[in-house]
Amino acid sequence: MVDRNLQRAQRVAGAAEDAVRRAAMPLRNFGFPYRTPTVPRGVEVPPEVSGLGAHYDTEWARRPLASSVRSMIIEGPIRLTARVLTSPEIVGTDRLTDLTSLDDPPPVIFAPNHHSHLDTGLMIRSVPLAWRHKLVVAAAADYFFDKKWKAALSALSLNAIPIDREVTGRTSSDLVKSLIDDGYSLVIYPEGGRSPDGWGQDFKGGAAYLSARTGAPVVPVFIDGTGAIFGKGMKRPKPGRTKVVFGAPLRAHEGESTRRFNARIEAAVTMLGDEAITDFWTARQRAATGTNPPLTGPEHTGWRRDWALAERRKLGTAGLRRRQQRRWPDLG
Amino acid sequence: MPRPGFVLDVDRSTPPSLFWHGEGFRLEKLPADRSRVIYAPEPHDAIDDVDGAIRTALLHPIDMDPLPSLLFPGMKLTIAFDDVSLPLPKMRRPDLRQRIIEQVLTMAAEAGVDDVHLIAALALHRRMHEFELRHALGDRVYDAFEPRGLLFQHDAEDPDNLAFLGTTDQGEEIEINKRAAESDLLVYVNINLVAMDGGWKSTAVGLASYRSLRHHHNPTTMEASHSFMDQHASELHKSTWRMGKVMRDHGPKVFQIETTLNTDTFPQPFDFLAKREWEWNAKDRALYLATAKSVAKLPARSARKLFHGIEAPHQLTSIQCGEVEAVHKVTTQNVYDQQLVEVEGQTDILTLGIPYICPYNVNSIMNPILVMCTGLGYFFNLYRGKPLVREGGVVILTHPTTNEFHPVHHPSYIDFFEEVLADTTDPHVMSQKWEKQYAEDDWYRHLYRTTNAYHGVHPFYMWYWGSHGMKHVGKVIIVGGDAATVRKLGFTPASTMNDALEIASDTVGRHPTITYLKTPPLMIADVK
Repeated sequence: MVDRNLQRAQRVAGAAEDAVRRAAMPLRNFGFPYRTPTVPRGVEVPPEVSGLGAHYDTEWARRPLASSVRSMIIEGPIRLTARVLTSPEIVGTDRLTDLTSLDDPPPVIFAPNHHSHLDTGLMIRSVPLAWRHKLVVAAAADYFFDKKWKAALSALSLNAIPIDREVTGRTSSDLVKSLIDDGYSLVIYPEGGRSPDGWGQDFKGGAAYLSARTGAPVVPVFIDGTGAIFGKGMKRPKPGRTKVVFGAPLRAHEGESTRRFNARIEAAVTMLGDEAITDFWTARQRAATGTNPPLTGPEHTGWRRDWALAERRKLGTAGLRRRQQRRWPDLG
Repeated sequence: MPRPGFVLDVDRSTPPSLFWHGEGFRLEKLPADRSRVIYAPEPHDAIDDVDGAIRTALLHPIDMDPLPSLLFPGMKLTIAFDDVSLPLPKMRRPDLRQRIIEQVLTMAAEAGVDDVHLIAALALHRRMHEFELRHALGDRVYDAFEPRGLLFQHDAEDPDNLAFLGTTDQGEEIEINKRAAESDLLVYVNINLVAMDGGWKSTAVGLASYRSLRHHHNPTTMEASHSFMDQHASELHKSTWRMGKVMRDHGPKVFQIETTLNTDTFPQPFDFLAKREWEWNAKDRALYLATAKSVAKLPARSARKLFHGIEAPHQLTSIQCGEVEAVHKVTTQNVYDQQLVEVEGQTDILTLGIPYICPYNVNSIMNPILVMCTGLGYFFNLYRGKPLVREGGVVILTHPTTNEFHPVHHPSYIDFFEEVLADTTDPHVMSQKWEKQYAEDDWYRHLYRTTNAYHGVHPFYMWYWGSHGMKHVGKVIIVGGDAATVRKLGFTPASTMNDALEIASDTVGRHPTITYLKTPPLMIADVK
């Protein structure tokens, strides 16, 4: 009787030891099906289509349930964050009256400059209500869609769609066209990414190309101040003030090339940038003579460029830092 | 397809008609079978692409070269625009003046024009408040020009800034704003709410001085204007045309921009005010009751604030630019297309509901003199051909007509009411006896130039506006008005519409015909 019990205990202990050893064993020691199969010689495996990057399918994020969740996110956390961090002043939406006053405002392509991750939240909060809840944001496929969780989060919260930064690929432009045909408006940053040094970058032709392809007008937008709040390379945001200036919608002229149209969009955003730090008339006069201060900053390099940036920021809304609340000493 | 204006013959099944009663309303049942109600035409379709229409108009003016070709570096450009008295109620932002001026400025910048001034064409009206200028011009234009001192409000009492251009063949002197007179190009931006607005009246009145204005703003001219909405029968307009001829020969080159609006006057939830009563649905009735009951309980100041906060959804129906007279011809036709209502024959009694607003009490108080001016000066004159009421007939107005004045906007009105009206209500007598004293009073002049006060002579002009109406009708009755105040105006007070009709029977007999011109929305009765 005792022997039999001992034998049973030995078997249980042995099974447990096996289980522990197996659990402790590195995964690489397991074979197929725990690992990818080996490829027989002479056989070529067709390349697997990646579900990430520009190929990430965001269709689920535009379904009713996801849209409802996003509406709550936009009107809740995004609106709150934009308000707390950026205290935006939104001007120029009256230039869109001809479109917003229509019963069914047509889709448009918003083309703002880009200094910060805050720009997208700020744009979503700033665009007129007629477009706010049917708005997709073109996000860098290689940055926001490189991991599944990032892709899902971007798609759900911002209604982001993946766009190739360097070239507007067929996949991206087909997607944008179908979305615009469905009545969605688009936010796309023609600079292709956040400013690396606080100054703007040359515009790539994405917005112009997409506008020409879809027929949707481009609305130039200038965002001032986000670079000083949470620019590229900053570890934490410093709350401040921002200004979002909307321009009049632009359409490609008959026979106008994408390159020329893109130059017009860049000039329009540059003029809005000038308007944000001076006034309407000065900006118009300088635009007529091609002397609006360029968003890309001076030609200098090094400290002189940084110096000029500091001067530029003093003129803009970034110069109007939210005043710190005065604290009187506690004298007991 | 918007419906044209409509004349309803009242029968026993007709619901009561809505009358404006200042910052309130009255529902009045007019006698069946001898009353009629005139309803305004429905708003015409508006231009969708307003910016495109403005640009097209500027590039393709009438009888003038395109605006860009009139602009050159080193020139003096002046842009004048209508003041707060237009449109009524104020229009939703962005105001048309802003949209037009922004495009003119953009073209000026492209042409290298540096010397640009903006002038609010006030004539003898009060200076606009900053918020009113911002509403009319938009923040962008205001912020660009006001801090530089390039945005002015016309000062008709500044001798250093007035230029004398000459006299007409009838001895009328033309003195206008010096900057405008010395400009290489004067661009005038009009909002033509009614057929009376625009044409040479813009420059010859809006930018003129008292010396110039007195030649047409007097009882003789006003009495001979039948009506202000019919330029060819208006002595006022003939006088401004004569002045225009002198301005064309001796004044600046004028690039006239005129715009017409549709009759979309009230936004939601007040849109029931423009509907025909028998078409009111349950929501409209509930809104009427809620509005009427609540404004009746509100203090007058709050009710006034509520109504003056209304921004009309007026929309652009046409824009034309170029030579003044050619442009105005097209504009007037466009206004007629929207506002004319054919009416057969005159009436014994004309009833009018006087609303909370007229051109001279925007963001202010409708004082008794303005009640008279709105009723007998403006609404009475909303006709072409013959007046709606026969000569010797009766006009019945509905308005509280309290003895209340805005002390900042209308200081001289207070003295006019207490002093001049106590002496006479005859426009000719007061113009001889009192006008000069008020027009040249230093204190009123000071208030006009430095605060937001109307010119000292302005209440006289308001009284003159009604001189044709006063001369034409046999009696004027105000329903629901403060009795003492109404009597001081020289009119008869009545508590109810039935009382008013009873009182009117002394003048027009026991079975008079009655016409109710239900305005606003604005319209012009084309009386056959």
